Amino acid sequence: MIAQETSREALTETLPTLLRDADGPVFREPWEAQAFAMTVRLHEAGCFSWPEWAETIGAEFAAAKDRGEADTGEEYYRYWLAALEKIVAAKGVLTTDQLLMRKNAWARAAERSPHGEPILLAEDEIINEESSER
Amino acid sequence: MSADHHHGHDHDHDHEHPRLSENQLRVRALESLLVEKGLIDQAALDELIDMYETKVGPRNGAQVVARAWVDPEYKKRLLETPDAAIAEFSFTGRQGEHMVVVENTDTVHNMVVCTLCSCYPWPVLGLPPVWYKSAPYRSRAVIDPRGVLKEFGTEISDEMEIKVWDSTAEMRYLVLPARPEGTEGLSEDQLIDIVTRNSMIGVETVSAPGSGAGS
Repeated sequence: MIAQETSREALTETLPTLLRDADGPVFREPWEAQAFAMTVRLHEAGCFSWPEWAETIGAEFAAAKDRGEADTGEEYYRYWLAALEKIVAAKGVLTTDQLLMRKNAWARAAERSPHGEPILLAEDEIINEESSER
Repeated sequence: MSADHHHGHDHDHDHEHPRLSENQLRVRALESLLVEKGLIDQAALDELIDMYETKVGPRNGAQVVARAWVDPEYKKRLLETPDAAIAEFSFTGRQGEHMVVVENTDTVHNMVVCTLCSCYPWPVLGLPPVWYKSAPYRSRAVIDPRGVLKEFGTEISDEMEIKVWDSTAEMRYLVLPARPEGTEGLSEDQLIDIVTRNSMIGVETVSAPGSGAGS
């Protein structure tokens, strides 16, 4: 048996310490809340079961571990978002291409929108996206 | 300096700091496409977000625990038919199905983890804290529960058995902490105030008010 004190010291030296929180905000940024809420609504709309969701996000955690990321919990919604993109594609709700084109459209919209004005998609961008063969 | 420009995270150098981050762009892409498909609507999302930001939290679980402490009949129902007993408070809904309530006793201390991801009993505890979702907690809670408990400042005597419960998407756990000594004179409402979120995850115990321990 190792003495308690020694094992504790050894632990804190060799293992990453737990990230504590003081009941901080549930979501740190609005996009985290949006990603969370969209997932819950899609589940409720029958797009996927919760075990399927758990498996998908679990795979994101496992991949993060393989990449050697610390995964302290701070990056939680980044993994959540990646899992959401994967499950909507896997379930045929949206394609990866659709997501990519729409993301690019939003990036262009953000670039041309003057500071202080809302960022809006132009209608022709959505139409082009739908008719695009590339 | 212009007062009507709130420069929180944004700066004017748009080419260096785009107005929308990569994550924001990806979320907007998903959101706009899903709205067009009629699968989501913003009002419902807002309502859901507000609920988890302001309404559903560990105080729900604290009410359940305090009731179990003062009402032996309720405690019996809570341990035997947890879903129904929790539903008496109307704490039902998402991620609250198939609850298991595990009781801390003189001989057993329970703690809860989700090793796969972050399954958690939302209706009674709200959304999980950051550390619960972290890889260190998820991996270490099972391998070295006593070490993890020590990091939370929780000393469990060597004679006590520590049971670690691994949550799944189908099974979620709530720890019923032991009622601390010296709280015999407290009302149910006063007891609610001393039950912490961490004690219901099982990484801490509940202390009587003024005993110096706890936070």
